Amino acid sequence: MRPVDTVARPLRPPRTLVALLAAALAVLATLVITAAPAGAAADPCSPDDTTACLNITVTEPGSGPVEGVELTVAGQGQEVAATTGENGRASVPLTAAGDYTVTVDEASLPSGKVLLHPEANPVTLPVALGRSAGRIVQVGDPSDAQPGGSGGASATPGATSAPGATAQPTDEAGTGTEASAGPGTNRYAQLVLAGTVFGLLLALASLGANLIYGTTGLSNFAHGELVTLGGMTAFMAVQWWNLPLWLAIVVATAAGAVAGWLLNRFIFAPLRRRGVGVTQQMIVTIGLALALLSAFLFFYGAQPVPIVSGISTRMQIGPVQISGQSLVSVGIAVVVLAAVAFTLSRTRLGRATRAVSDNPALAAATGIKVESIISRVWIVSAALASLGGVLLALYLNTTRFNFGSTLLLLMFAAITLGGLGSPAGAVLGALVIGLVVELSTLFLPNDMRYASALVILILVLLVRPQGILGRAERIG
Amino acid sequence: MDLGQLFTNVLSEMTGPTAIAYALAAIGLNIHFGLTGLINMGQAGFMLLGAYGFAITTIEGGPIWLAFLVAVVAAVVFALLLGLPTLKLRGDYLAIVTIAAAEIVRMIGRSTALTEITGGSEGLTGNSFKHTFQDASPFPDDRWTLGPITLATNSSNSWWLRIVGWTLVALACLLVWRLMRSPWGRVLKGIREDEDAVRALGKNVYSYKLQALVLGGVFGALGGIVFVLASSVQADSLGRPVTFNTWTILLLGGAATVLGPVLGSLLFWGALIFVRGLLRGLVPDGALTVQQIEQVGWVLVGITLMLLIVFRPQGILGDKKELAINAR
Repeated sequence: MRPVDTVARPLRPPRTLVALLAAALAVLATLVITAAPAGAAADPCSPDDTTACLNITVTEPGSGPVEGVELTVAGQGQEVAATTGENGRASVPLTAAGDYTVTVDEASLPSGKVLLHPEANPVTLPVALGRSAGRIVQVGDPSDAQPGGSGGASATPGATSAPGATAQPTDEAGTGTEASAGPGTNRYAQLVLAGTVFGLLLALASLGANLIYGTTGLSNFAHGELVTLGGMTAFMAVQWWNLPLWLAIVVATAAGAVAGWLLNRFIFAPLRRRGVGVTQQMIVTIGLALALLSAFLFFYGAQPVPIVSGISTRMQIGPVQISGQSLVSVGIAVVVLAAVAFTLSRTRLGRATRAVSDNPALAAATGIKVESIISRVWIVSAALASLGGVLLALYLNTTRFNFGSTLLLLMFAAITLGGLGSPAGAVLGALVIGLVVELSTLFLPNDMRYASALVILILVLLVRPQGILGRAERIG
Repeated sequence: MDLGQLFTNVLSEMTGPTAIAYALAAIGLNIHFGLTGLINMGQAGFMLLGAYGFAITTIEGGPIWLAFLVAVVAAVVFALLLGLPTLKLRGDYLAIVTIAAAEIVRMIGRSTALTEITGGSEGLTGNSFKHTFQDASPFPDDRWTLGPITLATNSSNSWWLRIVGWTLVALACLLVWRLMRSPWGRVLKGIREDEDAVRALGKNVYSYKLQALVLGGVFGALGGIVFVLASSVQADSLGRPVTFNTWTILLLGGAATVLGPVLGSLLFWGALIFVRGLLRGLVPDGALTVQQIEQVGWVLVGITLMLLIVFRPQGILGDKKELAINAR
């Protein structure tokens, strides 16, 4: 007798998951195969194996790029002078990796304008071959300079609130490596590719949160910190312990698995035993997220910590460019997602998981060890989050103490959009979110791209609150 | 270690604008969660909207009453936008939507595209919007000392701001006290305990929830105004951690009580400053940076939140029987 089979499928048929993965791959393939390259952009510098590009953009907030500003780039025995063009940008090709000092000639600024951050001139930037490094220099009226003085506030001790407030006001999101279209690429195709890559990696990271929700009904706000854990562990493995990258990925995934086991064993299993409700558990995860976020900041500081500083060569395939690293990441993501789909649909463990998800009491009555299943779900979910964290950190070029918590809402958006508790929905939702995030840069400023995904989330809840693949009875 | 100075700092922070702002925000959250059972994870968004509404109106030349009005209207509109689609859904949908919406407000506020209006990630400096509030003060420009605390009468973190702030807190408490005893408040509590039962009595649950969300959001906006009147408007200083702190404060003091949010805010800020000051005094020089000490404080806040919700969900003042958190 196989009682598990008689239980209705609580998690959506994983066949859908496979179909989705196939569809995502098809999109990638189409992009890679189709059509000749579109007209090359008029960028005087393109990075390749022996060349790096340093792009300095001079802009005045509120009015736009500033033309004709002179600057010098010095370092590694070279000194290059450049002048910003019509788009406010000066591109300097460099042939040696290392640190370069950029000095903006303040005398060449338009009359009456000064640098808004004179303390950041000259500035030293690291440059790696095969990549573009960029710097935005802001100019403005003298009255706008020297910002940050908060209006003569008599400084209260410790009145600075919130961990986030101590971070520098940079683009917190980071920019995907594949989003920037180099010469010889079609911008739309490139963005669709970037969105698909980002979506698949996001799917990997968010799938765990959905599995936990499916089996225990808990919205885990600390899931973002598990993603950060993966990125940080990989960073330590590569930069501190000098492990190769593949081993670092394995170590980070293992660290995630251990963290998942620990969290369930010492926090959430005891809470369930005590009969603490799901809402209370959710607030526990919020406290946990706050504590872990601050702990990461304590240990690693607010600086971005890149996992690899090496070269990632980009390949030109059809109208798009993709780095080898991203291709491998996507490969890993697809294989792991397929493995999860297979496990859920074909193995005893997967069937048991779906049974628990549907009705824990009934599952227990049919002889399934519910607690043991939930423990495994926690281990797998946290491991997936960590693995996703490493791959996303590689994709975004860097990791940081708040890297995962920045992505947390995108992950929530993905699983809510796809349908809470439905793994296939999580993948579909993540792909939608990935595409929306990257394609929104066509219309919106770069730093609003995460906001656009959250707007989509709210709009979808308006018309189809159960999500794309969710079941209506879950929402009421 | 100078214990006298430490206690002065603690006292100053407990009575300061940050504690007032968080008390107001927590009173708002109490209406959402304590009275109605709504899980609003975006209180910081209401605060930020209030702050932007007040500051931008003032910078554009509006009088102070208009600035307050704009802040309140912004919060009302935001609450309607959030509530209309989500209040018919299960609780955690509201949680996810409110936290997402608060992040949207913050991301738009810090975006470079709106630098001219919101100041981008640099924000709006305090001097650009504080003058109408300071001009409204009846006091001469001076520095007054009361007990161990010496402050300016009017500018930034001033006696004037503290007087106005605590008056707002007192009025808010009075209102909540009256509301809790009114038929309206009893319906809200009924919704918290058993939504279906209230619906069966013929009440429009959806409409009541929406009213509660709006009212609590308005208190959040007022808290945001007090918060920025002491410093500057900066989107990142009113991010997600602010919401989480507000939750800790509410649960510490006691949800569904009148004075719980105020007591929670006093204790939260007092304890945080005390722990930090103590660590600075005790940890040998150079072992930890100032920022690291600050982080230790936040780690403790997170752990406090976890322990509170598990072991004493009713907080200090609350009644465990009254607060059944797991209605939904």
